[in-house]
Amino acid sequence: MTTTTARTAIGGHQNTFAATRRDDKWWVGPVLTASGLALFFGYLTLRVFSGVYYWADPYLSPVASPPVFTPAAGAGVVPVSHAWLGAFPSFWPRFLPQSPGFFLPVLAICFRMTCYYYRKAYYRAFAATPPACGVRGVPLKYRGETALLLFQNLHRYALYGALFLLIFLWLDGFKAFFFHGHFGMGVGTVMLMVNAALLTGYTFGCHSWRHLIGGKLDCFSCDGGSRARYGIWKKSSWLNARHMQFAWISLVWVALTDFYIWMVSSGAIKDLNTW
Amino acid sequence: MAERTFKIWRGNNDGGEFVEYKIDVGPGWVVLDCVHRIQQQHATDLACRWNCKAGKCGSCSMEINGKPRLGCMTRMNSFGPEEVITIQPLKAFPVIKDLVTDVKWNYEQNKRIPPLKPKARGADGHHRMMQEDVDRVQEFRKCIECFLCQDTCHVLRDHEKHDKFVGPRFMVRLASLEMHPLDTEDRVDKMRKEFGSGWCNITRCCTEVCPEHIGITDNAIIPMKERVVDRTYDPIAWFFRKVFGKK
Repeated sequence: MTTTTARTAIGGHQNTFAATRRDDKWWVGPVLTASGLALFFGYLTLRVFSGVYYWADPYLSPVASPPVFTPAAGAGVVPVSHAWLGAFPSFWPRFLPQSPGFFLPVLAICFRMTCYYYRKAYYRAFAATPPACGVRGVPLKYRGETALLLFQNLHRYALYGALFLLIFLWLDGFKAFFFHGHFGMGVGTVMLMVNAALLTGYTFGCHSWRHLIGGKLDCFSCDGGSRARYGIWKKSSWLNARHMQFAWISLVWVALTDFYIWMVSSGAIKDLNTW
Repeated sequence: MAERTFKIWRGNNDGGEFVEYKIDVGPGWVVLDCVHRIQQQHATDLACRWNCKAGKCGSCSMEINGKPRLGCMTRMNSFGPEEVITIQPLKAFPVIKDLVTDVKWNYEQNKRIPPLKPKARGADGHHRMMQEDVDRVQEFRKCIECFLCQDTCHVLRDHEKHDKFVGPRFMVRLASLEMHPLDTEDRVDKMRKEFGSGWCNITRCCTEVCPEHIGITDNAIIPMKERVVDRTYDPIAWFFRKVFGKK
């Protein structure tokens, strides 16, 4: 039995925004991604601008680590002795909160913003280029990463920054075992150590790292150096295959760790520990 | 046997329409079986390209309920019992008739890519490669050239940048040559200037639709974009090249 319907565009494909013949819930993915990114990056941005409750001895929030400057006084601020350059200088603009998060932690934002996984996430969820596979994207002039977005090609420099930060996040984890010189541990210690471990998994699964450490070679077996790099490349490839999972879990964990330290620092909750 | 409804686009590059067909579908059928049954019972002039019916020739590419898929690998029991199945030709290429599109543009892109230029043979007269050196390339050799990745790539599909970007299939081919341990040809500059690596914005639809599960984005496109970064955008690499003269 056959029935004909009205004439349609060539192949039955429409060219209006979001046009598709998909009958599944293709919009769920971009909506969840946009919500997740807005929630967690929004929270972390607000925390950076809050400028308070980054320190609950011996825990330092990843939002403020490592601190270049710190306020001389305030609620839950990092002690001046812990900041690389001491207290904020007097010429610091009054309209800006005195937050250590404005300095080196920004490297982490640069790393995530240019990450090959996050590009997929926000190009789909926010730029709708395209919102989902087989769904017509925004019908605007498209230049890909050839014009305004050329800066994405410098992702490896953000990687170098992230590797630098990683050292301090591990140090923060180890320092969290010592409270006034006494060895022990608390919930915050565990959170900081897990935070560093998850960020390590995310960073060493980075596509740029995978390329630089061995992917750029055409011959893995040609000499001892290449063979060693091949071994690291294979491990990086394992992490790379799980890059999206590490990207999300580590993002959520950074926010949770900061939230826990904020709560302990403000006195809203008491840290469970062995001290 | 259960009756199922299909809406198949019929027409050519001047226009066409969806035509509805109802047929009885048996257990274990795939969409291509249904298209053949419709040809037998209702529309002997329905055009559909196919060959192996085993997911290895890449001929029966079509869009099934809006997703680029192989007709022979899409099982009917993957749809709901009342679901109407809409079948369209690929969007990224001109329609010849009904479900058959003209994919010759792809073969033209293939010809533009400089072929393998092997290094000199060893003293014993042989080329030798170790398995770990060709693992990456062998993944790319799984490609069956169904062009589903080309069809779902929004650069080609929506923005019609066929003159700017060769598409994921040929980024895979470029990767297979560039990573080849015996190859001596340099295609990195062409990758950016002629083959348009910068037009890809990594939205990964090509990887999602690949019936051979090739890691197109992670294993081919991004590594090639990173080689372009080495050559063109990395200021430190540029400095070292200028000082030490090494590519």
